[in-house]
Amino acid sequence: MQPVRYRVLHETRYDYGSNVSLSQQQLHLSPRILEWQQVEEQRIDIEPVPTWRRDGQDVFGNPVTWMAFHAPHDALLIRSVMTVAVMPHRPKDLQASLGWEELRDRLAYDSTDPLPADLDATRFLFESPHVRVKHELADYAADCFTPGTPVLVGAQALMAKIFREFTFDPEATTVSTPVLEVLENKRGVCQDFAHLMIACLRALGLAARYVSGYLLTRPPPGKPRLIGADASHAWVSVYAPDGENDWVDFDPTNNLLPNTEHITLAFGRDFSDISPLRGIILGGGGTEPDVAVTVVPLDEEELPSELRDPAGDPPESTADDS
Amino acid sequence: MARTLLAIYPHTPRRYDEMLAKDGSVRPHWNQFLEHLDAVTPEEMRRRLDFSEQRIQENGVTYNVYADPNGADRPWALDPLPLIIPPDEWAELSAAVAQRATLLNAILDDLYGEQTLLAKGLLPPALVYGQHGYLWPCRGVKPPGGIWLHHYAVDLARSPNGRWWVIADRTQAPSGAGYALENRLIVSRVFPEMFRDLRVQHIADFFRDQLDGLTALAPVEGDEQPHMVLLTPGPYNETYFEHAYLARYLGFPLVEGQDLTVRGETVYLKTLRGLKRVHVILRRQDDAYCDPLELRGESALGIPGLLNVARAGRVVIANALGSGLLASGALMGFLPAICRHLLGEKLAMPSVATWWCGEKPALDYVKENFDDLVIKPAYPTQNMEPVFGNELKGEARAEMLRRIEARPHAYVAQEMVNLSQAPTWSRSHERRLLARPVGLRAYAVTTPDGYSVMPGGLARVTTAAGTRIISMQRGGASKDAWVMTSGQVSQFSLLKPSVGVRDLVRAGSNLTSRVVENLFWLGRYSERFDDSARMLRVALSRVVVGGGQKTPVVIAVMELARRLGVLPKPEEDAEVKEGGEHELLEAIYDPEQPGSLACNIRSLMWSATHVRERLSLDHWHSLNRLQRDQQAALKTHPTLTEAIAFLDRVLGVSSSLTGFAMDNMTRDDGWRFLFIGRRLERLSFLALSLAHFLRMPAARSQGSLEWLLELSDSIITYRSRYSRQPELLPVVDLLVFDESNPHGVVFQATVLGNYLERMLRELGDDFGAGLTAALADLQAFDLRRLENIQFDSARDYSPCEALADLLLGLDSAAARLSEALGMRYFTHVGDVSRQTMAV
Repeated sequence: MQPVRYRVLHETRYDYGSNVSLSQQQLHLSPRILEWQQVEEQRIDIEPVPTWRRDGQDVFGNPVTWMAFHAPHDALLIRSVMTVAVMPHRPKDLQASLGWEELRDRLAYDSTDPLPADLDATRFLFESPHVRVKHELADYAADCFTPGTPVLVGAQALMAKIFREFTFDPEATTVSTPVLEVLENKRGVCQDFAHLMIACLRALGLAARYVSGYLLTRPPPGKPRLIGADASHAWVSVYAPDGENDWVDFDPTNNLLPNTEHITLAFGRDFSDISPLRGIILGGGGTEPDVAVTVVPLDEEELPSELRDPAGDPPESTADDS
Repeated sequence: MARTLLAIYPHTPRRYDEMLAKDGSVRPHWNQFLEHLDAVTPEEMRRRLDFSEQRIQENGVTYNVYADPNGADRPWALDPLPLIIPPDEWAELSAAVAQRATLLNAILDDLYGEQTLLAKGLLPPALVYGQHGYLWPCRGVKPPGGIWLHHYAVDLARSPNGRWWVIADRTQAPSGAGYALENRLIVSRVFPEMFRDLRVQHIADFFRDQLDGLTALAPVEGDEQPHMVLLTPGPYNETYFEHAYLARYLGFPLVEGQDLTVRGETVYLKTLRGLKRVHVILRRQDDAYCDPLELRGESALGIPGLLNVARAGRVVIANALGSGLLASGALMGFLPAICRHLLGEKLAMPSVATWWCGEKPALDYVKENFDDLVIKPAYPTQNMEPVFGNELKGEARAEMLRRIEARPHAYVAQEMVNLSQAPTWSRSHERRLLARPVGLRAYAVTTPDGYSVMPGGLARVTTAAGTRIISMQRGGASKDAWVMTSGQVSQFSLLKPSVGVRDLVRAGSNLTSRVVENLFWLGRYSERFDDSARMLRVALSRVVVGGGQKTPVVIAVMELARRLGVLPKPEEDAEVKEGGEHELLEAIYDPEQPGSLACNIRSLMWSATHVRERLSLDHWHSLNRLQRDQQAALKTHPTLTEAIAFLDRVLGVSSSLTGFAMDNMTRDDGWRFLFIGRRLERLSFLALSLAHFLRMPAARSQGSLEWLLELSDSIITYRSRYSRQPELLPVVDLLVFDESNPHGVVFQATVLGNYLERMLRELGDDFGAGLTAALADLQAFDLRRLENIQFDSARDYSPCEALADLLLGLDSAAARLSEALGMRYFTHVGDVSRQTMAV
């Protein structure tokens, strides 16, 4: 099958209201190169021009950019544009995955040297700032993981259960709402559902990571695509080693297995590892950003002018993935 | 002889006794000391104890106790009898401590680097990835010299068979070395003869080693001198005394997070004389709070961007960020194998037997032997007190077991150790030795030749004979630890014997920005407090004269007060109340109303608190009294007369504060900033009130110029010069252009210019240009344009408008100057760094 190509524009704007005298920012806005994902082009434009900037890789291998602003400014605009090609990568047969208890026992420590892939997966096995691991979570997932259930079948059942029982409600939570509260209120947004599903899996002794990225949305038939109408998205990746693709994506917000309509930015233990834009400012008034995301499938639609590069204007800078 | 003290000393075979052998005989290394002790008369001993207590009080040696509801400092508890350790025993002990420090450093290097320990199964991933103490962003950091652990402390205890065991490792920001130093200075003077005769090793060398070790690692460029600072979380920390004490002893500036700033890949100390690069941060702040950009973001204590400086290898952070991980007791059981793997040696000193419940066989053992074990958290970041298995009965025991079963990896169990006992001096009995359980905290620091161990350390005893946990938080006492030597005693000392000419301290030139900023705001707030009191007094007295009527004067005064922010802006559709009494009283007494006098008193108190050591006690008291009066008045509804009397008192306090600053404070940079703050505030107040006055139609009525003079505190001067009703031209001349009027506009700007010029000479920054230009524009105003203008009935007010514009221009120049000074010199203590997050 052919890869599907996208142009993505992710704009973040802060209007601070008054001067910020010193600001430092950490960006996870450059897409990660994966076996099934190529990055053809990518650039981040920043206004004002940062005083200092460094591109690198974080501890999970995601591209990361640090920057600092030393001069007073009352607004910050970060415009990330990328062209990405995504190949199909959905697993053929969920039934063929390992039984969940067998995998759980493989990931548990027994004083012998672990398989490298298993050791790697243990990075996503324990509590992390947004993912508490409590027995309530294991209880919630128990009926999806009956004895002998293949791990991916269990994960799919868990995803479906969350999709069924939870209501999407942007007003119900903030970035710091604890998972247990989400479990109790049965409401939230994609981050909450991803964190919850991860917490359930880890509570069972399975490894799961948090993926941030974008999702293609379809405008209503006959209507043009609205610029900035999308948002960044988050889903879950579950460890199920089969020698080919060890990690399989699940999107509990939409109850589906991502294939070619999800574009991956980064993965980590949870949101805190890969927040798209995290900063510390001195001064300033308001700190609520305006975020606008536009995802355009390049082979289906004409590129709106907002997403075209101005002719002859060389990219100011590109992230360095080396 | 010795029998008299020993006769009632409790000796038990269940514990090892530091002083007595199993058969009850005195151990050889205690003989001499005990004989000496027996020979000291009770009076002499009392005198020595008094000396010890006095020293502790005079030096302000304290330990902050969180549990104390008053947050009070508690004097440090010190038992005068040292713990004596013979040379051969110490040689073995110190080699083991140095080996352990080397090992732990190698483990940190592995876990934040290659992670061979995980790949080989020598450590469970749960104890690394599962710990909040594992700081992920630190993986891949390569600290200068490969050193992660610059200083290390280890809690040791002696089991009944006489062997020393490790109870706990302290790898985050080990405390107590400073207390050990203070203990030494006191106890060596309580028993000076013994200190000499027993050939006790000095501990000053240890601190020199620490300095040498940090100096050798400091990433200096060219001929830079390494600039080292001690980072404290602040005065509320339990060991703050020690931070201040060590900083002074080592000669490091004591800084808080906001004193440091990162620019690019360099970290700086903000001083008045600019940013000074820092090469070494000796940190007493927990690592997770050190960089809110990448670590815990909700904390305002940290230094945003510090991790990027560490990544670039441009600062030594001692200990390196991430080192707290190894304080986990769960690691202990894995250390022997790791030691063989990483160092190729046998681990010299055993840890107390420890079972990490995350391993199935260990968990089973713990369940079976629950009564013989102490349950502790596996991760140092967990908030849990140790639990003794045999003290847990019934439901509590079942609950504990359930908790362990649910999250076995979060718990460890340790064998209960019967601590050894050491003699302590009884304070409540005449001449009596008590036996108390004792533990020793030993210290090691990195040097270019490996780890150096402090000969001695901080010995701690429990207050009661049966207590099983030694903790200063729980009221234990400390002891000096004396390590005897068979060789030479080093005479090195970091303490200067007396103050020499080179050590004389003159007016501080190296003030940190934080101190200067607080003085600047003290200046601004004390003037603002004066100005608002004066504005309110003018208004209130006009209201009283008007008898509650809205006379034109009352209307004008109230409008000016509103424009200056002393009174709140009226709500759009609010009914205008008669007279405005109520509004004025609120503006005096209500601290919640922005711009009110009460609010200004509060700001003034706030800035005064931060420079309290520079204020006299009298002023501190009078400020306190004002605030108390204002708070009392909130409940009693004062009359107008009472309110005016209160304002009179405010102005009295204000002028005595000014007099004090002029007369009693040394003229250093801090003083200059106090007065720059004051002048800037007054300039702004005068320029704004005059500009508004000149533009306000409401002010163009009879009697206005008189209250304007009163507002500017210039009425007496005016009357002495012109014995007639105030007129526009002479009033403006006096309040704006007269260079000799200390309440005039030009006077403020000129004096400010002088301060700034001096700063330009000394600090090399020119901030005065904008102000000078605006002043020149103002002075170019042709006063003749105001001749023949009757202010209450002129036909053309355009000259007044023109003058008002110039005054406003001067005010903006002053505001820009204030901002520029702040940007350049200040820490922005009022501004707290905030985290922002976008998805």
